[in-house]
Amino acid sequence: MDWFVYGFSALAIASAIMVITRRNPIISALYLCLTLFCLAALFVLLEAYFIAAVQVLVYAGAVMVLFIFVIMLLNLDPEKMIVEYFQTPRMISVISALLLFGFLTFVFWTNNITGERGYDFPVQITQGGGHLKAMSSKLFTTFLLAFEVTSILLLVAIVGAVVLAKRKV
Amino acid sequence: MESIPLSWQLIKISIILIMFISMAPLLVWFERRVAAFIQDRLGPNRVGPIGILQPVADGIKLIFKEEFFPALSNKVLYFLAPCISLFVSLFVFAVIPFAAPVEINGKILYPQVANLNIGMLYVLAISSLGVYGIMIGGWSSNNKYSLLGGLRASSQMISYELTMGMSVAAVVLFFGTFDLQKIVETQSGFHWGVIFQPVSFFLFLVAALAESNRVPFDLPEGETELVGGYHTEYGGMKFGGFLFAEYLNIVTLSGMMVTLFFGGYNGLEWFSNLVDASPVLNAVIQFSAFSIKTLLLLFFFVWVRWTYPRFRYDQIMRLGWKILLPISIGNLLVTAMLIYWGVF
Repeated sequence: MDWFVYGFSALAIASAIMVITRRNPIISALYLCLTLFCLAALFVLLEAYFIAAVQVLVYAGAVMVLFIFVIMLLNLDPEKMIVEYFQTPRMISVISALLLFGFLTFVFWTNNITGERGYDFPVQITQGGGHLKAMSSKLFTTFLLAFEVTSILLLVAIVGAVVLAKRKV
Repeated sequence: MESIPLSWQLIKISIILIMFISMAPLLVWFERRVAAFIQDRLGPNRVGPIGILQPVADGIKLIFKEEFFPALSNKVLYFLAPCISLFVSLFVFAVIPFAAPVEINGKILYPQVANLNIGMLYVLAISSLGVYGIMIGGWSSNNKYSLLGGLRASSQMISYELTMGMSVAAVVLFFGTFDLQKIVETQSGFHWGVIFQPVSFFLFLVAALAESNRVPFDLPEGETELVGGYHTEYGGMKFGGFLFAEYLNIVTLSGMMVTLFFGGYNGLEWFSNLVDASPVLNAVIQFSAFSIKTLLLLFFFVWVRWTYPRFRYDQIMRLGWKILLPISIGNLLVTAMLIYWGVF
């Protein structure tokens, strides 16, 4: 089982690197799909089947399809997409990414994040009536406010997209 | 009770895989014969008895054709696209149960590849990947007709996936589980899903027609407008991969409809009782019930193809977003309210 974890992790990291190094945006997007698929496989290995299915359904099945759809419609020429790597905005994003990476490394290095075994572990979840039950009972009680706010956020995004796309009716 | 050992599992998976794959050539032959019947012709009847070996001849021809790559295509993706299509359509079938679990020597045998407790979500998740094969195929051919076909396919499949998901959500709400084996068990004694969820069935049927890219939703390969759509540049067994994937998708969707709405493997209990069947014979009878219902639905798919003309593109989008999606959301709401009030 461990070898599956290492294999899928390595594949996820390798394809994530391919995402940012490929010049053709469609190839990049397809490697991103592969990354997401590997993450779903890791979720399966952690026995979080529901999260794995949703990961594939939402990210690989819907979001990435739309990404690729838009890239195909734009029909970008890879030769014209040679960009300057050392502009100011790009440097800012590189620095913030490095800072985040350093911070996460620091946190993982200094703390032992084993923690107490609570409700959220596979055995307890299976005893408590399955992943769906565990997930939805938390989602609709403890985290109800966050859940509803997220849905409003999505609604705002939809309305915004429609307004931007349809200036004249 | 423990499940069967791994070696048996592999044998079981191989048997299911071979049976499932052989459905595709059979369905090609079936479709051509039914089409001929509908159009008052004879259809392929030369190769073997009633032409049943015709798909074998076609398959041999496809396999031995030259492997051709268009000059400016992306070779790797061009090759991968039919593989992805075929892979996805083979994977989805893994969770469909075609008989109740059988107990053999104290070990339990699930007559499906994997008995997942989120089976229904698995089907939706994997089948949502099917669009990649078509999109990548359309794009990597480096042909504008192929690209247009791929774009049409992706927008159409995304649109109708919503309707399909919503109609399935209502069914799942009604049965109270994502587990396909349990959904089928609940439907024993002719308490079929189609009786309690007729609107869901209708929505799922239309969405299934659209998802499988068949007439009247076959815009991605509309030959009068796009030469051949996303597989214009494909030939040989790479084209065969797309063809196989399309027919296997139809089989899977029919199997899904039988599982969700027509009682799955239920329906021939009276016969099992009549002959006082042993567990294994009972499984065979259940498998027959499942197969008969699936075949009837397959006939329906073929029948639709030779009955309706193709929609226009804007008509498909309007139907998907403005008619079917609101109906499916309303259906979900009504189902939820009926369950809350304890009607179901």
